[in-house]
Amino acid sequence: MKQHEPALAPKKKSKFARVDKSLYLMLIPGAVILIIYSYIPIFGLQIAFKDFDIAKGIWGSPWVGLDNFKYIFFSYPGFGKVVFNTVYIAVLKMIFRYITPIIVALLLNEVMHIKFKRTVQTLIYLPHFISWIVICGLMISILSPTDGAVNEILKAVGLKPVYFLGNKSTFRPVLIISDVWKEFGYGTIIYMAALTSIDPSLYEAATIDRANRFQKVLYITLPGIAPIAVLVGILGLGSLLSAGFDQIFNLYNPLVYDVADVLDTFTYRMGILNAQYDLSTAVSFVTSFTNAGLVLISYFIAYKVAGYRPF
Amino acid sequence: MKIKKSPGEKAFDVFNYVILAILALLCVVPFIHLLALSFSSAAAANAGKVGLWPVQPTLASYQYAFQTPNFVRAFGITVLRVVLGVSLNLILLVLTAYPLSKRNDELPGRTWISWFFIIPMFIGGGLIPTYLVVSATHLNNTIFALIIPGAVSVYNVMILLNFFRQTPKELEESARMDGASQIICLVKIYLPLAVPCLATLFVFCTVGHWNEWFSGMIYMSSVRNYPLMTYLQKVISQTNSLTDPSQIELMAKISSKTFQAAQIIIATLPILVVYPFMQRYFVQGMTLGAMKG
Repeated sequence: MKQHEPALAPKKKSKFARVDKSLYLMLIPGAVILIIYSYIPIFGLQIAFKDFDIAKGIWGSPWVGLDNFKYIFFSYPGFGKVVFNTVYIAVLKMIFRYITPIIVALLLNEVMHIKFKRTVQTLIYLPHFISWIVICGLMISILSPTDGAVNEILKAVGLKPVYFLGNKSTFRPVLIISDVWKEFGYGTIIYMAALTSIDPSLYEAATIDRANRFQKVLYITLPGIAPIAVLVGILGLGSLLSAGFDQIFNLYNPLVYDVADVLDTFTYRMGILNAQYDLSTAVSFVTSFTNAGLVLISYFIAYKVAGYRPF
Repeated sequence: MKIKKSPGEKAFDVFNYVILAILALLCVVPFIHLLALSFSSAAAANAGKVGLWPVQPTLASYQYAFQTPNFVRAFGITVLRVVLGVSLNLILLVLTAYPLSKRNDELPGRTWISWFFIIPMFIGGGLIPTYLVVSATHLNNTIFALIIPGAVSVYNVMILLNFFRQTPKELEESARMDGASQIICLVKIYLPLAVPCLATLFVFCTVGHWNEWFSGMIYMSSVRNYPLMTYLQKVISQTNSLTDPSQIELMAKISSKTFQAAQIIIATLPILVVYPFMQRYFVQGMTLGAMKG
């Protein structure tokens, strides 16, 4: 690799590197779409500082400084709860989404029967590819208080039926469990890949040294996946405000708004249903920049700790 | 190497196989239940008698689903959006990733251009500004509203870009010596070598378009323009919005749970059918995108 490095240095031109203008032309279609549908909306976030009037448009509406923010953050009833719900749900999901794939990957790694292992893998990856719409439809049907399968089972063993999606104490656990159910299998993929790269001779040496299975996991397998686990954990920090719009939006109802309403659903109701464009965008503004900050921080830590470079 | 297992290890093995089997079953049992529901009679379903096998089997729900014009149309719209949307995705992916995979001396200004493409990965314009722009460009109520605003996935561009970079430079350099243009190099050298990566991205884009529902909900004002998942979302939310349990009971009697199940099954079937084939590719893709570095 050493001898290639001079060619990569920017100033020293390789004699083959004639600049071909067609490279720039190729970039134009993507750039145009990004300018229109990503960059203009980013500048459109200024609605958050305006008294938006649809007739005057984004640029023509009068500035009102921080009024929208003051109203939402300090005067709007229940907004604090929305922020709390968002972080609460997101953090719990983050923790369970992080731990379960590691455990399952370790268990899978102990399976010697290849066919069994493959079958389990195929089945647990599946829910990731099914849309939340389908899964929420499924959940509403299965968890129905009157004729859902889960309540039929509860009734059969003599328990009282529970209205899981209409009950403040059960709604959030249902969110977390279904989220883990959907994603834990897919999360194992990266660990399974890391596990295959562990040198088998380490295990053989350990066997000769009379290490038992648990010791092998502790001293070979775990250190083998530790770097990836650290990286995945750090990158996961970027999702601190991602409570999961698709899932919550399709499961919640007024009975549980208190515990289920999150920033994304709030933004949607405020903007699309109540047509309070400026107030909704004030929330978007804060979430957009907070999210960007969180992701950048997580990338930075990942770079410092694990040398991770996404690009 | 055969080494005798201790009783403790044997116990662990049994425990391990049982746990994993349960986990695997948990991932499919709900779908089997739904499948059973869709083939059962409405009466049996509403009485909560259906488990994992159809009760009083009937195809009525499927017949009804295929006779529901809005459902059939929504299915067609989704097929169309997948075909158009994924094609556009892949074309833009290749066109964007290829130049960005070049060195700074081949594409002067590459660093700045890269930042231009990366920034939207971190920050979005939020719901309302995006909505206003889509409306202003007159995409509302057209299929283009489902395709164009999200056509450039910067995340996927990064995956393809890194793949292009792994292609041996010598291939291109010798072609360039012979006077080949960059477009020729892309088509004749890079694309054929990137087929596994493109297949992965094809899978990601297809699943993404098939499952996407939100833009259908906010940009389409009539149910006639809904893609499949938006249509299903409406059907499902109607059931869920009845919050009073007594009302739900009433609704369960007159509406058909089995009909809903049949619609969900039909909407999921295409994913289930291609799933075994795509497994190879998404496993590749996951490791492609995340393992480097």
